[in-house]
Amino acid sequence: MAKLILSVDGQVLKEHQLTKERTLIGRKAHNDIQIDNLAVSGEHAAIITILNDSFIEDLGSTNGTMVNGKPVKKHFLQNNDVVEIGKHKLKYFNDAPTAATAADFEKTMIIRNPAKAAPPPPKPAADMSDTATNLKPLAAEQTATKAPEAKPAAAEPTMNVNTSPPEPKPMAPPPPPPPPAPPPQQPKPMAQPGASAPPPRAPDGTPLREAVIQVLSGAAAGRTLDLTKNLTTIGKPGLQVAVITKRPNGYFITHVEGATYPTLNGASLGAQAHALSDHDLIEIAGVKMEFFYKP
Amino acid sequence: MTLSQSLQSASLTDPGRVRDHNEDCIESRPDIGLYVLADGMGGYNAGEVASGMATSLISDGLQETWNPRESERLGRDQAKADTERLIAEQIARANNAIFTTSQNNPECAGMGTTLVVTLFFDNFMTVAHIGDSRLYRLRGDAMEQVTRDHSLLQEQLDSGLITPEEAKLSQNKNLVTRALGIDPTVEPEIHVYETQVGDSYLLCSDGLSDMVEDEEIRLTLITLRSNPNLTVQQLVQAANDNGGRDNISAVLIRVAEPFGVPRGWVARLKALFR
Repeated sequence: MAKLILSVDGQVLKEHQLTKERTLIGRKAHNDIQIDNLAVSGEHAAIITILNDSFIEDLGSTNGTMVNGKPVKKHFLQNNDVVEIGKHKLKYFNDAPTAATAADFEKTMIIRNPAKAAPPPPKPAADMSDTATNLKPLAAEQTATKAPEAKPAAAEPTMNVNTSPPEPKPMAPPPPPPPPAPPPQQPKPMAQPGASAPPPRAPDGTPLREAVIQVLSGAAAGRTLDLTKNLTTIGKPGLQVAVITKRPNGYFITHVEGATYPTLNGASLGAQAHALSDHDLIEIAGVKMEFFYKP
Repeated sequence: MTLSQSLQSASLTDPGRVRDHNEDCIESRPDIGLYVLADGMGGYNAGEVASGMATSLISDGLQETWNPRESERLGRDQAKADTERLIAEQIARANNAIFTTSQNNPECAGMGTTLVVTLFFDNFMTVAHIGDSRLYRLRGDAMEQVTRDHSLLQEQLDSGLITPEEAKLSQNKNLVTRALGIDPTVEPEIHVYETQVGDSYLLCSDGLSDMVEDEEIRLTLITLRSNPNLTVQQLVQAANDNGGRDNISAVLIRVAEPFGVPRGWVARLKALFR
């Protein structure tokens, strides 16, 4: 659940959970977050929350709304964003799903369109109020998905959410109680034994030492080719082509086309990918090449 | 030229690096030009039941009801209409079967699946989809997403609430607005497209499209164009190298030769002696 922490001059005033679809911020008393300061407009800004995402929108305020030092009209809030309204600051926290629950969160879920579902049961009048209340069961259900032991019925990973018309859950029959077995969504950190996790990619996508191919024979002898792309093809199209793949754990060569395979250090490549080592010799379409890491 | 000679195809499905089982399911029937991909969800491990039922029921159903040589007799417009109708019928049948199974088996409650179906005939292709599994087309060096996700994120994009750049940061990526088998009825989106020789078509689950940038998919399709098998292996590997957080499936179809049905009496006569 995302939240805002309101502060002024470094003093924390209060914390506000973003439970509503629309959270109003302003000077007047009816706002969800009231900031009683003359620099703040009566209705200054609104935060629209849709499931796990929140957006801030300036409501045409006199003094404007800033996010991370920049004036915004509308902004998609990201974790740790700082919203400034006059001298007041609202820091946005959206606890990214922790590693343990990440897999649960990423499970594909369905948002149900009530119009197409089975006819809904008679509606209790209380559920008819507005869309904000309509979104509440969703929030509750989602928190429950995080901690399945909290409410057994909520461990059901299919999430039923009404988006448009305010209606009670139109689910046909209620889901039967889940089997007693522990929820299987528990993510296995690593499925394949032996497959070690790749080193995290550097933001620029170059976690690897740079490497090159140098042509040793033929007309282009002496020429070098930097292996900067994820895929680099070598050889002659239509005759014999191989691809060098740059992966987090090294460089690999694989045959792509041609009736015969290229050779690596004198041995045929076959159809499999082969890891390349420093100073490996490749022969393709009659041309010899050397793979090496840049010093 | 028969369909299976004109269309080169390759497919691969992989559990990824985080999930311990694979809820994706793929099915290829090259003889009738049919390729199906489904990404199951919900229930206790029942996602794979739903995706498996979807791919096999729809493939078997179309194998029984659709004869690609019919399009010769029907004429192109009728063939287009027929494929759309037959696919819609098979989807409705599969939806009903999955929904009924989930109602009658507590361990399958709430299961459902996304779906992409492509049926190639007479230089055309009928595409049906539900949910966020996708079809991409590479024509020349340009890649386009043919299907539009039935997802909350796509609705937000359409309404202008968020930009494509912001969408990459969204935490609502996994929410689909349509799925097969969760309600008594389902509305698939079905369109017919003309194909061209040299086109490559990629069906994939979100385990690929969420882990590998479109640009990287495009470059892979171009670079490895001559080798469909290696292309799908490379795509799955790239998704795994980037984290492999979901099941990954890819079906690639390359139009190597035209597959129009014979027209005019000379062509028909020739076809008789094939």
